Amino acid sequence: MSETRAADAARDSSRAVAAGLLAWVWPGLGHLYLGRRWKGLVLMGSILALFGLGVLMDSRLQLHLGLEDPLALLFSLAQMGVGAPYVLARLLGFEAGLVTSPAYEYGNTFTAVGGLLNILVILDALDTARGVRGK
Amino acid sequence: MIHSHLVTLLAFSALVSTVFATLLRDTNRERVRFFLVAFAAFVLSTLAIGWLTNPFPG
Repeated sequence: MSETRAADAARDSSRAVAAGLLAWVWPGLGHLYLGRRWKGLVLMGSILALFGLGVLMDSRLQLHLGLEDPLALLFSLAQMGVGAPYVLARLLGFEAGLVTSPAYEYGNTFTAVGGLLNILVILDALDTARGVRGK
Repeated sequence: MIHSHLVTLLAFSALVSTVFATLLRDTNRERVRFFLVAFAAFVLSTLAIGWLTNPFPG
């Protein structure tokens, strides 16, 4: 009996880790993995639209990992929260942004908020996999 | 890309409200209601703050 429980717990734990990782790699993918199809698609569409619009509004995709400028570090981590789209956009040459663009600050806000919202989505996927949240 | 402050505000408010409504409510009816309230709060509070800061030129 206890062996069955331990096996169930291990399976739930690995499922939660997989859902969390997938949710970080691509917004909404964790929920799709857990069978929450519509929720995953809505979250994916909204966060990718937010991040994509930010990139198109000349946002700078920052990569600052030093502690000498804590605000730049936090901003980088916020943008990285969106996962693979951040890496993809940098690889496609959108990392510099255009500081003279009128939409530059709006773009920065869109990309950072997209990443921060995806962190909430990752936590929701973890809770859903562990059965803390129902739908 | 977007050259209007108002359209930018509407797009941002709609997308963020959609994510919050999807995450924080469990039924579609509750989600629609939450979306409408959050969207209105974003737009109206931004317009109110923008109007209030008008006497202080940048």
